[in-house]
Amino acid sequence: MAGSEAMTRMLWLQGASCGGCTMSILESGASGWFDELRQSGIDLIWHPSVSEQTGDEVADLLEAIRDGRERLDLLVLEGSVARGPSLSGRFNMLAGTNRSIYHWLLDLAPLADYVVAVGSCAAYGGIPAAGVNPTDAVGLQFEGSDVGGALGSGFRSKRGLPVINVAGCAPHPGWVMESLLALTTGDLSGDGLDAVGRPTFIANHLAHHGCSRNEFYEFKASAEVMSERGCLMEHLGCRATQAVGDCNQRSWNGGGSCTKGGYACIACTSPGFESAQNYLQTAKLAGIPVGLPTDMPKAWFVALAALSKSATPRRVRVNATADHVVVPPSRSGDKRSP
Amino acid sequence: MTRITVGPFNRVEGDLEVRLDIERGRVARAEVTAPLYRGFEQILEGRPPLDALVIAPRICGICSVSQSIAAASALRQAMGVMPAPNGVLATNIAHAAENAADHLTHFYIFFMPDFARASYAAHGWHSAVAERFTATKGSAARDALPARARLLETMGVIAGKWPHSLAFQPGGTTRAIELGERIRLTAIAASFRGFLERVVFADRLENVLALSTPDELDRWREGRDGDFAHFLRLADALSLADLGRGPGLLMSFGAYHDADGARFRAGIRSRSGAIEALPVAGITEDVSHAWMRETSLDPAESRTVPDADKADAYSWCKAPRLAGQPVEVGALARQAIDGQPLISNLVTSGGSNVRTRVIARLIETAQLALSIEGWIKALRLSEPFCASSADIADGHFVGLVEAARGSLGHWLAVRSGRIERYQIIAPTSWNFSPRDAEGVAGPLEQALVGTEVGDAGARAVGIQHVVRSFDPCMVCTAH
Repeated sequence: MAGSEAMTRMLWLQGASCGGCTMSILESGASGWFDELRQSGIDLIWHPSVSEQTGDEVADLLEAIRDGRERLDLLVLEGSVARGPSLSGRFNMLAGTNRSIYHWLLDLAPLADYVVAVGSCAAYGGIPAAGVNPTDAVGLQFEGSDVGGALGSGFRSKRGLPVINVAGCAPHPGWVMESLLALTTGDLSGDGLDAVGRPTFIANHLAHHGCSRNEFYEFKASAEVMSERGCLMEHLGCRATQAVGDCNQRSWNGGGSCTKGGYACIACTSPGFESAQNYLQTAKLAGIPVGLPTDMPKAWFVALAALSKSATPRRVRVNATADHVVVPPSRSGDKRSP
Repeated sequence: MTRITVGPFNRVEGDLEVRLDIERGRVARAEVTAPLYRGFEQILEGRPPLDALVIAPRICGICSVSQSIAAASALRQAMGVMPAPNGVLATNIAHAAENAADHLTHFYIFFMPDFARASYAAHGWHSAVAERFTATKGSAARDALPARARLLETMGVIAGKWPHSLAFQPGGTTRAIELGERIRLTAIAASFRGFLERVVFADRLENVLALSTPDELDRWREGRDGDFAHFLRLADALSLADLGRGPGLLMSFGAYHDADGARFRAGIRSRSGAIEALPVAGITEDVSHAWMRETSLDPAESRTVPDADKADAYSWCKAPRLAGQPVEVGALARQAIDGQPLISNLVTSGGSNVRTRVIARLIETAQLALSIEGWIKALRLSEPFCASSADIADGHFVGLVEAARGSLGHWLAVRSGRIERYQIIAPTSWNFSPRDAEGVAGPLEQALVGTEVGDAGARAVGIQHVVRSFDPCMVCTAH
């Protein structure tokens, strides 16, 4: 493509996808995603939802990449790799090419400098892999939390990296853009990925960090039914103390997040989140939630919870089971100390 | 006769393959293939019913709220719960924001870029269109994408995030809106109105919605700025009203229910123009040309069992029919059935076609902007947003909603507290259905017949206009 030699050439493909990751990324950029890409030096050589080229123009481009006539810097996949039935890939053909997405990916992935799985489907299999996994859906390099997937555990892209997994369902647009840009600037290496391929600048945080319900969490003042203001962990299924992601340190759609929206974190950045059941109900054993923070002794958690429950201020206790603030903060905070 | 295959068919949601038989430079026969199957109905079977609120929205990233509220509606019946009025209003606001965002995405990102193609370069209008609408490079996307993102900030207030939220519950919505949040919603709605009045219509929304006849529309567009008038001039230059004629029968499940009933009413519109009640029991799904095993024609009784080697099949999409007939759904159908004056008159005089489908979407967008303003004002902030849930009964339940692209139904069967069966018929399942057992073609298959391809073959841009005029969502289609 003329004039784009210095640009990073990015090809975006969709596998067994809902298109939601694209819907998310289209929210990125103050003057729109296309401007943002250009300003960042990324040439989007084709994207199924937004590019002009269609039909044989696309097939020609993919063949040119496969035959080494066109350079491929970034290969992005959105959606799981549907390998079935019987590894034929026929549950997900790339229209007009008589070839499955699965087989196109096997051809193209080794030719890219970097391969990026956008969303938990492309990373780990995601929702299509739930239940009986009707289409033998896997991630690019993971099947749930097991390394392997469509490309195999030994896969490395041309620059020597495994697949970079920008997990989430759908991921925050910032996660996607920052991961892509960190690759183009050379700032993301293998050391910057966690054990399941997620960039650590995202995965070193928990969804719980920055939750606006933190005071309720501290006192174990819990919401009992949906729409109440209290902590969602004890009764309503929240996994934010175990799920990675800086979800509550970012603004989603101008200021939201799952827990701000009034519902539990379902750990959508985690491999296998699709296999859970009763998402909005906390699983308990002898009255104690099964899913406690992973790096804290259970006995301590239970002891501290009992202590903080007994110390809960009335304001926090009452507001936890209300959908509006019933007891405001004490006005003593307005007084200057003498 | 020659046969051509068009695909990958992009700038639709998902992927699509179209095979065309060409005679004397025109389409004589079309076959439409949905090339992706994921198996959501199989995945839902055996799960606790409320898991549908997590799984079903993820069928589709572009109409996730529609999928959520279809599931919530079916579950609401299973619980016998009355949603909190505030929850209904908040759902309407979020749902309308999603549908309006989808209409904008369709117009600016999916549909208009085809007019900027080099194959139109000889036309006098081309350079202005190319400057404005060329895919990923035109100036319009710099206006439309930030406006879309701003509109979707509605979700940050009501739904936590978009796409894929759990805020839409059988009892209402999970975030009780406070005064500051209502003011933010009001400001977002004002931004949206501002974008529509400045960029899309170059006129007050009230003036646009006062247009009621094709003649008034023609006079209004003369010399007018704005992308809608730009489209109308193109549509006339290219005779888009003669392109992509639909099957004639239109359907809407009705949308945005509140205390006053449905903002857009449910019903069907026959070929003669009569508006009739919606005969839900007449809905069937035929699998004679789908890679699916036969179970039952009734979505309340059928299951989805793939059969990739089935003879005579050519799509993962089943063929939904209403009393045995193919049906067109979408904004055009919704507005014609609701009696919106301009769309009713356009459909009466010219049927459903490429031009009127696009007009209907933009007219609906203007209506949604006004409705959103009204629903925000109607919220009663001191009252609940979510009614308590109740136990889920065994039985058969149906959730019927209108997504941006048309009628969406979830048929849920619960047994012993688990999902026994779950069937989904999505808007593009209707519009892009394959043939049925009688050999009757689906709406797009019919609409493509007669389209001129000339020497361009698979690259004929008329094909692109017809297909994209339906705003297909292929990820919903076969799910």
